[in-house]
Amino acid sequence: MNPVNYLYLAALLFTIGATGVLIRRNAIVVFMCVELMLNACNLAFVVFSRMHGNLDGQIIAFFTMVVAAAEVVVGLAIIVSLFRTRHSASVDDASLMKL
Amino acid sequence: MSALQLAAYTTSTGEAFQFWVLGTFAVIGALCTVLMRKAVHSALCLAGTMIILAVFYLANGAYFLGIVQIVVYTGAIMMLFLFVVMLVGVTAADSLKETIKGQRWLALACGVGFGVLLFAGIGNAALTEFAGTGRANANGNVEGLAALIFTKYVFAFEVTGALLITAAVGAMVLTHRERTERARTQREMAEQRIREGRHIPPLPAPGVYARHNAVDVAGLLPDGTPSELTVNKTLRERGQIRDVSAEALNDLRALEQRAAERLERTAIEPATFKRPEEASK
Repeated sequence: MNPVNYLYLAALLFTIGATGVLIRRNAIVVFMCVELMLNACNLAFVVFSRMHGNLDGQIIAFFTMVVAAAEVVVGLAIIVSLFRTRHSASVDDASLMKL
Repeated sequence: MSALQLAAYTTSTGEAFQFWVLGTFAVIGALCTVLMRKAVHSALCLAGTMIILAVFYLANGAYFLGIVQIVVYTGAIMMLFLFVVMLVGVTAADSLKETIKGQRWLALACGVGFGVLLFAGIGNAALTEFAGTGRANANGNVEGLAALIFTKYVFAFEVTGALLITAAVGAMVLTHRERTERARTQREMAEQRIREGRHIPPLPAPGVYARHNAVDVAGLLPDGTPSELTVNKTLRERGQIRDVSAEALNDLRALEQRAAERLERTAIEPATFKRPEEASK
């Protein structure tokens, strides 16, 4: 098997995640789709690292994970505070700037 | 291309088998994440996909990242997601009504177009070089990563620390809710109950005497109808109340029937218990 197949898998997962972000309305599920896209990128980085024979790609994937962890914490806090004020986790209900 | 290069360019049969089997499951998990109606199911499918990706990292020689993926992503991030789903998801049903007409199909078309673009890009890229991680991992994967992080990427690593602290403080600020008024004491609440005169004694307990003591079983009123007051408000909102009023009466009726058969007293009509509204029909 050619290792390029890993890249195709990463592209497929990224596409599925992007489509999910566009289709889904629940903020939590949209957020999970973003996580899926980040994971697909990480897979591509790891495979590139293997292709080029150095560890720089793995370092970038590691930093992506750290940033993703920070992003999840803040994003979920935003979702929780939105839910408190609007009693809904739907992204459509957050169309107005103010309550 | 020499035979040695070719051997390095293709993976082993075992890895190919692993890729095709686990890759299928990863794609199915990703699709389920997008398509599942309930957020909890989406989260579980995503956790499965992430574990499979961790296996792929291990297969690609990224041993440290594979373990970090399991610990950080499936262990911490997905559990955080599940906690938030538990906090938020009780009343959050995903609406199926389209607010923008044809948005779903447009989004699907965009996704397919984007996927074709990505695939074409990868197909056309000159990916002839394939070194493998053997040399890079010669002194151990973790040691190699550490050497890079603390020399070449040390500034990025320090900035990461600042980012994590900012995120932690930000999450605390965002979810912290300042109390605008003093919490009422038990005495004040009791006084208010008396003043309103609505429900003065404590709320009745759930469960049916000598039959069910679960909290989701509504207690029965003297006429046999379940009392909503006995069940927790959260369970009431979720619609998870178990109504055993008919069950108890049916049990009793079956018992009467059996007793009658055993004693061969068929002449006597078995006692029928009917609710008032049934009897009036």
